[in-house]
Amino acid sequence: MENTDTSTSTVRRNSKRPRYSKFTQQELPACKPILTPRWVISAFMLISIVFIPIGVAALFASRDVVEIVDRYDSECIPANETDKVKYIQTPGEKSCNRTLTVPKRMKPPIFVYYQLDNFYQNHRRYVKSRNDQQLRDSKEANSVSGCKPEDFNNGSVIVPCGLIAWSLFNDTYSLSRNNITLNVSKKDISWKSDREHKFGKDVYPKNFQSGGLIGGGILDPNIPLSEQEDLIVWMRTAALPNFRKLYGKMEVELQENDVIDVTLGNNYNTYSFNGKKKLVLSTTSWLGGKNDFLGIAYLTVGGLCFFLAMAFTVVYLVKPRQLGDPSYLSWNRNPGWR
Amino acid sequence: MANGDRQRRRSHPSSVHSLSFGRQSSEEVLSLIGGPGFSRLVFCNDPHCLQASILKYAGNHVSSTKYNIATFLPKSLFEQFRRVANVYFLLCALLSFTPLSPYSALSNVLPLVVVIGVTMGKEILEDWRRQMQDIEVNNRLVKVHRGGGVFDNIKWKDLKVGAVVKVDKDEYFPADLILLSSSYDEAICYVETMNLDGETNLKMKQALDVTSKLQEDLDFNDFKAVIRCEDPNANLYSFVGSLEFENEQHHPLGPQQLLLRDSKLRNTDYIYGVVIFAGQDTKVVQNSTAPPSKRSKIERRTDKLVYLLFAGLVLISFIGSVFFGLWTSDDITEDGSMTRWYLRPDNTEIYYNPRKASIAAILHFLTALMLYSYFIPISLYVSIEIVKVLQSIFINQDLNMYYEEGDKPARARTSNLNEELGQVETILSDKTGTLTCNSMEFIKCSIAGTAYGIGVTEVERALTRRKRLPDEEVHGDDTSDNAHKASVKGFNFFDERIMNGEWINQPHRDVIQSFLRLMAVCHTAIPEVAEDRREVTYEAESPDEAAFVVAARELGFEFFDRTQGSVSIRELDLVSGKRVERNYKLLNVLEFSSSRKRMSVIVRDEDDGKLLLLSKGADSVMFGRLSEDGREFEARTKEHVGEYADEGLRTMVLAYRELGEDEYREFDEAFRAAKNIVSADRDEMVEEVEDRIEKNLILLGATAVEDKLQNGVPDCIDKLAQAGIKLWVLTGDKMETAINIGYACSLLRQGMKQIIISSETPERVALLKAGDDLAVSAAAKANVVDQINRGKTLIKESRESSDAVALVIDGTSLAFALEDDVKDAFFELAIGCASVICCRSSPKQKALVTRLVKIRTGGTTLAIGDGANDVGMLQEADIGIGISGLEGMQAVMSSDIAIAQFRFLERLLLVHGHWCYRRISSMICYFFYKNIVFGFTLFYFEAYTSFSGEAAYNDWYLALYNVFFTSLPVIALGVFDQDVSAVLCLRFPLLYQEGIHNLLFSWKRILGWAFNGTVSATCIFFFCIRAVEAQAFRKGGEVVGYEILGATMYTCVVWVVNCQIALSISYFTYIQHLFIWGGIVLWYVFVLAYGYLDPYISTTAYMVFVEACAPALSFWLVTLFAVISSLVPYFTYSAIQIRFFPLYHQMIHWVRNDGQANDPEFCRLVKQRSLQPTTVGYSARFEASSKRLDKKPEQATTNIE
Repeated sequence: MENTDTSTSTVRRNSKRPRYSKFTQQELPACKPILTPRWVISAFMLISIVFIPIGVAALFASRDVVEIVDRYDSECIPANETDKVKYIQTPGEKSCNRTLTVPKRMKPPIFVYYQLDNFYQNHRRYVKSRNDQQLRDSKEANSVSGCKPEDFNNGSVIVPCGLIAWSLFNDTYSLSRNNITLNVSKKDISWKSDREHKFGKDVYPKNFQSGGLIGGGILDPNIPLSEQEDLIVWMRTAALPNFRKLYGKMEVELQENDVIDVTLGNNYNTYSFNGKKKLVLSTTSWLGGKNDFLGIAYLTVGGLCFFLAMAFTVVYLVKPRQLGDPSYLSWNRNPGWR
Repeated sequence: MANGDRQRRRSHPSSVHSLSFGRQSSEEVLSLIGGPGFSRLVFCNDPHCLQASILKYAGNHVSSTKYNIATFLPKSLFEQFRRVANVYFLLCALLSFTPLSPYSALSNVLPLVVVIGVTMGKEILEDWRRQMQDIEVNNRLVKVHRGGGVFDNIKWKDLKVGAVVKVDKDEYFPADLILLSSSYDEAICYVETMNLDGETNLKMKQALDVTSKLQEDLDFNDFKAVIRCEDPNANLYSFVGSLEFENEQHHPLGPQQLLLRDSKLRNTDYIYGVVIFAGQDTKVVQNSTAPPSKRSKIERRTDKLVYLLFAGLVLISFIGSVFFGLWTSDDITEDGSMTRWYLRPDNTEIYYNPRKASIAAILHFLTALMLYSYFIPISLYVSIEIVKVLQSIFINQDLNMYYEEGDKPARARTSNLNEELGQVETILSDKTGTLTCNSMEFIKCSIAGTAYGIGVTEVERALTRRKRLPDEEVHGDDTSDNAHKASVKGFNFFDERIMNGEWINQPHRDVIQSFLRLMAVCHTAIPEVAEDRREVTYEAESPDEAAFVVAARELGFEFFDRTQGSVSIRELDLVSGKRVERNYKLLNVLEFSSSRKRMSVIVRDEDDGKLLLLSKGADSVMFGRLSEDGREFEARTKEHVGEYADEGLRTMVLAYRELGEDEYREFDEAFRAAKNIVSADRDEMVEEVEDRIEKNLILLGATAVEDKLQNGVPDCIDKLAQAGIKLWVLTGDKMETAINIGYACSLLRQGMKQIIISSETPERVALLKAGDDLAVSAAAKANVVDQINRGKTLIKESRESSDAVALVIDGTSLAFALEDDVKDAFFELAIGCASVICCRSSPKQKALVTRLVKIRTGGTTLAIGDGANDVGMLQEADIGIGISGLEGMQAVMSSDIAIAQFRFLERLLLVHGHWCYRRISSMICYFFYKNIVFGFTLFYFEAYTSFSGEAAYNDWYLALYNVFFTSLPVIALGVFDQDVSAVLCLRFPLLYQEGIHNLLFSWKRILGWAFNGTVSATCIFFFCIRAVEAQAFRKGGEVVGYEILGATMYTCVVWVVNCQIALSISYFTYIQHLFIWGGIVLWYVFVLAYGYLDPYISTTAYMVFVEACAPALSFWLVTLFAVISSLVPYFTYSAIQIRFFPLYHQMIHWVRNDGQANDPEFCRLVKQRSLQPTTVGYSARFEASSKRLDKKPEQATTNIE
């Protein structure tokens, strides 16, 4: 180490001598981790110790969830209809009845979802086709940029404009058990921030679905957008082409083997693009809905790490490290000028 | 002025010097003037006259800056957009204003602006520094004639062509001047051209007789003259002009009157000169070519990598576009009905028009190019530049490379070659001023067969240390070893037996007396007695000559005066025991020449009237000239000379004889006659006469002068050799000197086979005499080729016996060897040798050799030198290192990195070079990794949106990824990471091989990282989407939307890339912790803050964290899982690799970890087991000599001559 005698530096005032500091001399205290056997094994052990319980818990949570899934898109087409698309596009009442059996006791709240498959809500054209200003602010009713082709109708603006709103899902479900209608609440099914900040309290639907081509659901022009929770839910676009969206909540408890009758209004066209439609009733756990993936994945990785920890232990014991064995160095294998 | 007068009156001993300047005949010169290329007209002493102002010659202002205010913007922008990546990003930025863009324009433009801005800021800073340097030079002061015989100081930049200037001793010439007169009556002056050609010896210039009388300021009052001369050109050694002065006569001017800018007036009190070329027109500036901009190999490979990524990007964009086109065309079926009706395919812009799906696909291709631009690390280049600047600061700040005596720290002048320092395969070194201090020290002598002098040479010191501590580190305690440091420059001799007059008690005291007297008399030095001190200093043509005279003085034979024909010495009178002054009448000087290899003087001792021939010369010529009875000490002396030579000392054999009067008279006549011959063979005749008298000498002894190596040079060379770096010495010196230094540096040693290729063969000399130039060169070339071929066979033989071979080649042979048809063979020979020494090589040859090595080995070459003659070499090599010696900034100015001492090279390469190489290569690999992770998640998501071009993340997440959340850790990696500490880097020099073999930036490693990136991205993406799928992701029953999935995936990506860097870093200071964990924390802070902004700004990120993610346990569980499981593969890989297939630095980690790094025995074990046999350096020498002890010593020196 160079000595850092201060007296010499004061003597030479204009010296170009670099000033000593741990930083400039690159001698900062540092920890220099190295993957010693102990580290490797304990890291793997730690992962498995953490992961396996989480996996078990997640798996239990997922198993606790009771979920009823009913695909109805083809069943709800009368058997004699060959052209499904034409059927669905023909105006008129297209109701359909489905029966669901509760496999296990379901505790409230029970969430009612509709699930669409092969529906690209994340398509760039689709995602962009909305105007947040217009949705939020009644004064901005004329901002329809980006909403094409659903921006104007007969010369006046559409509120809410854009393809997303236009293609609003409009199948309806009414559920009943033993002929007693089950109340499906539509309150609080959307995100609070959406209701309060993205959809205006004084913005009312205008000129909506009044054009030649009607996409999906219609909106009550007398209810402000902030209360049209179906729309709010729909407009939070899904990330993947298979998605569920909340239809409503039920605050009743369903018992095992309860039979639920569903009266469906089958209005939404998924037939032209071969999309599936499903009705889902599900409870939730602390982890959310029914999905074993996380639990299994945690268990797998936890188990794998445990195995690796064991394997490394064995290997380290069986084949101790050979210190500085140069035969690994590539340039020792073929000496001489390249 | 009094001093000047005194000197002027003193007649200059011109007889000592050989004034041999071949003047062209004046008619010849004058005929050229005025012709094409010789049109310059200079009105002396009248720079403002009308004619002069019409001519508009360049002023003396020089500028080395790249930009000025007006050109900065266009020029630097042009520079910026020469990088393909930047052009691509510019295109993206422009396209982002169209509806094609997958994200908002601002978020796309901003990173580019930041990146370009930072780079341009760096350019400004660098140019500003150059500007400061220019200002310093331009504002130096010089005395200029203002009229009326008054000289005033003006700034260099204001100097005009035609002005008369007065330059004082030790000042630089401000422009190219024509010498008018000097403080000497003969109008001569001495010039040091170190800055131009690196030669330290003084050159004499002489003005025309007609102007030599202008010796006072006042003489210039009415001085008028006109100079006509050649136009500005770059040729330093030629000049043609004429001076029209007084009575309209034309006097020819030649290079003898030309004083070049940047050379220095020495040994002359002042000169007057007239400016003929100023500023841009000066020969120096004309000579300076713009330094080639060098790019490191890593950077070049990075470019390739970027192209590769770009190709990948185009490929996946293309794939995406094809799918998009198919998907889109399906949106309307053949019967005209819509499939994905919710997209309104019947009424769309062209971008999604199913009826024109192919056009839509093409346009989508552009969108995809923009979307996947995250594969190309936009901030890579700027990060690399920032990192390199910081690395350079570390180099500049390194106290271990600070030279205390010269007050010079290391200075990295360009920062873009730092990592190249870690890959140097061959070093091409200058000798004088680089390996040696360019000071000769008298260190030993052998008189009458007895060796005197206990001084220790640098290499001996290194050797003894090595013997004492077989493997302990030897660090700079040189001063303690060298307790009696030379107090007198040029003298490092200690021996009580003959110092302080003790020599009179030695057995052969008369021989000693003659010996010392010879040293004091036989030379051409000029004494200078300072007025105030009684000390005599000497001005000699070469430093070894000075060392002789100094040694004589220190040993009691003080040479103190030289007049036209005599030499005066204070010496001890053996009879009286008193110091007496004695005069020796100097009769003849028989000059030194490279063919004679000796010089002699003939003097008459004025006391006893004896005629003496005093001779000194190389052993090869001197021993043959001894008389029968003069060989008394021959055997012993020869032995000593051999020892000295092996120590790298420069030896000189001294001998004398008394001449008879008749013999002398005869010689004198012949000598005069020969000298007066005016024909081509005059020199030969003179030599012949000289040769006749230098015979039958009586041997006195031999001297050994150390061409003083710089501190620590043998150590450094040894370390570099151990690191596997080859060292070539390219010197302008004589072959003997070069070989001496080769020994001194342990590049050569006894027992090494030497292949000496020289053109100074008898046949050549004979042919030269015959005067047939063509035949000479043809024969010489054939000879060189033959020697090369013989050398090659020798190498083949020695390869079998694993002997080291050294190659020594001289300049003339080199010229032939570098010709196109020979150079392959030469190169093959050269790389087969352990060390290569090229002597007598011109600057151009140095550059050529450098280029040859650079191109043929394909490895990185480093040139190091201190003089202007090294400039070509420095610029040609991949890295040029300038030694910022005592004087001469030319080399430094054209170097990439300047250091003060050769020994700092060790630290510069082994520590800084290795670190920088490792840092930069890890950094680039990591950069690609992180961008691939990010890019692939985008791509996978694309596949789930039917390739519509929707980004998975919010615009600002995208924009800030490279700039914010992941940039600082990688910069910290690039600046601070140390795989191995500095001490261990030096202790295990072989570590350097990692750089030479480019292990850390091999394609394998790069692709490995790219693969790792793909694995991580795949893990993150699929784990995320499988985990959240369609079901509720939290208790409240909400499902995951587009924005939540984006935020979750982004969180995982930020975690993974930051943790990945934490895994691959081997040096954690608080800075790394701060940046890595800070980067992650910053992301959470950002998403929180951004989420609180108005939804109009934050769009999809509005409240996403607070409301949706943070309260959901599954968000955290998914993050934890995705992060850990993406890192497990890498972790497992590196655990296996470090354990079972460790790289060298990892072995050192183990050594350190086991706490054995301080156990020398253990270290030696590790080192030896993994050591290639080194062939040069004193370690090798030590090993070889111990081997020799086992076997019978055999002299294997093979000379091919």
